[in-house]
Amino acid sequence: MPTVSMTVNGKPTTAEAEGRTLLVEFLRGPLGLTGTHVGCDTSQCGACVVHVNGEAVKACTMFAAEAEGADVQTIEGMANADGSLGVIQQAFQDHHGLQCGFCTPGMVMSAAALLKENPKPTETEIRDYLEGNICRCTGYHNIVKAIMAASGQDVTAIAAE
Amino acid sequence: MYDFELVKPTTVEEAVAALSGDEAQPLGGGQTLIPTMKQRLAMPGTLVSTSGIASMKGVSASGGVLTVGGATTHGTVAAEAASSYPALAALAGGIGDPAVRNRGTVGGSLANNDPAACYPAGLLGSGGVVVTNTREIAADDFFQGMFTTALEEGELITAVKFNIPEKAAYAKFAQPASRFPLTAAFVAKTSDGVRVAITGASEEGVFRWTEAEEALSSNFSADAVDGLSVDADGMIGDIHGTPAYRAHLVKVMTKRAVTAAG
Ligand SMILES: Cc1cc2nc3c(=O)[nH]c(=O)nc-3n(C[C@H](O)[C@H](O)[C@H](O)COP(=O)(O)OP(=O)(O)OC[C@H]3O[C@@H](n4cnc5c(N)ncnc54)[C@H](O)[C@@H]3O)c2cc1C
Ligand code: FES
Ligand code: FES
Repeated sequence: MPTVSMTVNGKPTTAEAEGRTLLVEFLRGPLGLTGTHVGCDTSQCGACVVHVNGEAVKACTMFAAEAEGADVQTIEGMANADGSLGVIQQAFQDHHGLQCGFCTPGMVMSAAALLKENPKPTETEIRDYLEGNICRCTGYHNIVKAIMAASGQDVTAIAAE
Repeated sequence: MYDFELVKPTTVEEAVAALSGDEAQPLGGGQTLIPTMKQRLAMPGTLVSTSGIASMKGVSASGGVLTVGGATTHGTVAAEAASSYPALAALAGGIGDPAVRNRGTVGGSLANNDPAACYPAGLLGSGGVVVTNTREIAADDFFQGMFTTALEEGELITAVKFNIPEKAAYAKFAQPASRFPLTAAFVAKTSDGVRVAITGASEEGVFRWTEAEEALSSNFSADAVDGLSVDADGMIGDIHGTPAYRAHLVKVMTKRAVTAAG
């Protein structure tokens, strides 16, 4: 079987992959990085969002071989070097941005991509950016709040409707 | 999904050679093709990725024409055409969601010609040409009905040229679950007149609403289309909207686009 090489969370990695192996299968299978979830497998839910060369993509809708040589970041790479939660992750915990947590890896990766582009997004900008991330539990308000907080903004005005 | 061979050429010549093989097909961003393959509705023997072909990427504007490489993502068009052709940049920036826009390409969208896709309206509304490895195809000749285009087997969209109008806007009524247009209108005003392209409505796919074009060419204001009516015959009917509903949306979205174009 052909192999694919990429840098995942800063570590150079090589593993076997067929042409049809999806990036999410590559991450969860041979690499054992099961933090990236598969919610729908039809490009709708965003649970599988990772960064490829700094851009958010749905790992269920990209072939692993298309990421050959790329710099890939997953939820496992979001914690601080000492193992404590990263700023966005901590904000999700502080503001109850998750319940079952299934959507959370994708939410955090999308949030990280947003804050890189737009360090102080408005509530509307956050909701727009999360268009492709579906959460069955929280009703989104606390996710929006967490992302506002992670960007250093006041969240008292965001009502928990 | 069925297995296949994935090849990653770095030039158009290599890609065209690979596409001449049996059951070979281009792979753009895969945002349509991969879901189709998962459902086993497509079973190519070879997929020829365009993502490594540098000459098929990028956005440039000169002489009133915006040229976009066939493998350029929606996200890149949204960012890089923002100053030269804001209406088209806004169309690209409204496709799907950020992750879809980081992968999906203009070539893939046009080749697919989904009856509810955004880019077909942008190209037909702007006027322009699809550039392939063998020829240039005028926008008016390219779209040939739902999921059908003038492309031949193995033909690759290498670039797309959009005529930049005096003013333009795209008004999309998004279907909230799929984020595709339920119906959308692209309106462009040039010195030669007005073009109105409608997507998401007709069973024939994207089309020009010529009555509105005539009315708007003499009076570029939303009121100009008030007196027109759209026939519900041949409009798409599904759980999201009846043909009559879509016919109504054609007019509403055209008016909104005209108002937005200013
Ligand atoms: C959740 C979601 C939401 C979406 N929302 C929208 C939306 O609002 N509006 C919209 O317009 N689209 C939408 N899309 C579709 C998206 O824009 C796709 O990216 C696009 O339709 C196909 O582009 P692609 O590059 O991914 O092509 P692919 O999926 O790779 O290919 C599609 C077809 O085009 C062919 N092809 C690819 N590149 C070329 C080329 N250069 N030359 C010739 N043939 C080629 C392929 O062989 C295939 O037949 C959405 C998709 C998803 C998953
Ligand atoms: S698993 Fe990829 S979008 Fe749902
Ligand atoms: S927390 Fe359960 S799906 Fe979002």
